[in-house]
Amino acid sequence: MEALLPYIINGISAGGQYALIAIGYTMVYGILRLINFAHGDVFMVAGLIMVYTTTSMPLYISIPIVLVCTVVLGFVIERVAYKPLRSAPRMSLMISAIGVSYLIQNLAFYITGGLPKPVLNPIPWVSDTITIFGALTKRVTLITPILTLVLVFVLVYLIKNTKIGMGMRAASKDFETAQLMGVKINSVISFTFIVGSFLAAVGSILYFTNYPSVAITSGSLPGLRAFIAAVFGGIGSIPGAVVGAFIIGLCEELIKGLGYSTFSDAFTFALLIVVLCVKPTGLFGEKVTDKV
Amino acid sequence: MKKFFAFALVLVMVVALAVPAYAANPVVKIGVFEPQTGDNGAGGKQEILGMQYANSVQPTVEIAGVEYDVQLEIVDNRTNAENGPSAAAELVNRDVSVVLGSYGSGVSMAGGTVFQEAGVPAIGVTCTNPQVTSDCDVYFRICFLDPFQGTVHANYAVNEVGTMKAYTLAMLGSDYDQGLVYYFTQAFEALGGEVISEDFPEATSNFVSYINNAKAAGAGVIFAPVSTNYAQLIIEAASAQGYEGQLLGSDTWDNNMVVESSTGKDVEIKITTFYQEGGNPEFDEGIKAWMNANPDALTNNGGNDMVSAVTAMGYDAYFVALEAIKAAGDTDPAAVLEALPGVSYEGVSGLIEFDEIGDAKRDQAYIKTANTAEGVWEFVKVQGIG
Repeated sequence: MEALLPYIINGISAGGQYALIAIGYTMVYGILRLINFAHGDVFMVAGLIMVYTTTSMPLYISIPIVLVCTVVLGFVIERVAYKPLRSAPRMSLMISAIGVSYLIQNLAFYITGGLPKPVLNPIPWVSDTITIFGALTKRVTLITPILTLVLVFVLVYLIKNTKIGMGMRAASKDFETAQLMGVKINSVISFTFIVGSFLAAVGSILYFTNYPSVAITSGSLPGLRAFIAAVFGGIGSIPGAVVGAFIIGLCEELIKGLGYSTFSDAFTFALLIVVLCVKPTGLFGEKVTDKV
Repeated sequence: MKKFFAFALVLVMVVALAVPAYAANPVVKIGVFEPQTGDNGAGGKQEILGMQYANSVQPTVEIAGVEYDVQLEIVDNRTNAENGPSAAAELVNRDVSVVLGSYGSGVSMAGGTVFQEAGVPAIGVTCTNPQVTSDCDVYFRICFLDPFQGTVHANYAVNEVGTMKAYTLAMLGSDYDQGLVYYFTQAFEALGGEVISEDFPEATSNFVSYINNAKAAGAGVIFAPVSTNYAQLIIEAASAQGYEGQLLGSDTWDNNMVVESSTGKDVEIKITTFYQEGGNPEFDEGIKAWMNANPDALTNNGGNDMVSAVTAMGYDAYFVALEAIKAAGDTDPAAVLEALPGVSYEGVSGLIEFDEIGDAKRDQAYIKTANTAEGVWEFVKVQGIG
């Protein structure tokens, strides 16, 4: 147990980061039935903005800038790339998402010159090293899961108890009927993207405080794992995405701890396949009934 | 109106194409096959800097009594072995007489097959995997090799650090990483030590658990011959996890970004490399002045004027290529290829001569350590394997 402790702590922290990204995937899927492939890249862009802002301005300005810019990016992506395709076949939307993903990566490539950017001014205090039960870690490792859970509770409260939340629930049940019932579908969808991007930005700040180097492909691997977490937990379900993310994070780190580091990713994908075979809708997924 | 625009556009294109034809001297082209993007982008850019500086110092060469302008043809091989052949083909199409590069062994091997088919000689600058030259007749190289480098590290770990347990970390699918780990393991085990090896997938950024594994195993050193990007993250993780042994890095670690990321951290880093600043004060001074006068160069060097070993090697490679072209007395790649084995050149990194495989005869490496208080590399010693 003593020996496994550092891996468990690290796994929970990784899970928290994946959870923040996974919520973005799962919410968009819940409403638009779209897998937003650009989400991992939004996460990467948030990291890049953090690199650039923290080196040039104080923290109390740079962190809000990261959050605001990322939210704006998420909003703009939806308006420009997805909204015009609302009545198009779902495959067109998917292709547009892939296009946006590559566009963002290549723009970042152009701006950074293709080189990984180190985070030179990490956020103080949270990046300090601390000891818990004899295991060394950064403070951010502890903060991540707590912050994740707090944000998830706020989000769930928002969805259950506010008007826009009701709109989101209605849209995810039946898109067209919700529209007929007077739900302002465009603002609901924009709000979904704003929340998703905001959480990705928070996740990005935590992630790149822990692993301080942003490459243009930095979003791909966490994005992929978060996507798997969302599918694993049942895509469309927020609690499912969070639970899935923690399970994926813990498994991954424990596998490394047991000495099979080479297979840590292979295991994640194998887990996905097994879950999809046994329970195609994921852990918390709703049973899909085809409407005639 | 539209027709007019189309006509104007065509005119501009034609003029743009025609302008280079007005150069005064005949031109000899030297291809630069280097990564400018991807995991090794930072290192590749520094290597190019050495060549560009050399080109500014010596922009012409006399071939058989005629003065030629030397033109560098730079392509980006994007670090990946998959992109190597197309980048190499691009250089061949541009009719280069000889090729310099690449930083990174995997992509050099991939490009080597194309150079071999075209009969264009290539001079490896800092690609250290033996197969670069052994599997390719047209590839030469001016740096030391991985069996040597791995052995230097193994000797250093046993004799200077005094540990019999080492942990190695390498990226899956990287010829360079895996090759060095193999030679290190062989040498370390021959000295009676024990090695624990682990691999990580590409694009990993969380190295915390790997460091924990090294700690749990009680390894006195972590040997991680990885790209600069991963080196930074490994340093970060080692410092956050309070790893008390030493981090041993290969020549890829000799980069400003790596030493900067170690600044203010409680880690001990030792690396092997080809050149140490101060080895040739005249060269150091010249290239610093050149970089400071040239903002782009300064950015490509990582924002300061520290002289990286790969930059010095790039500089030497350029002059070796000029020597070969002079000796050939012709710009034809076949003639240069014939002349290359006979070249002997005293560069800033030492004497460069080739053996029958095409490798430089080198038996010494510089060992440097990161001064984490000031963020600079400091010279430790020159280490052989005798």
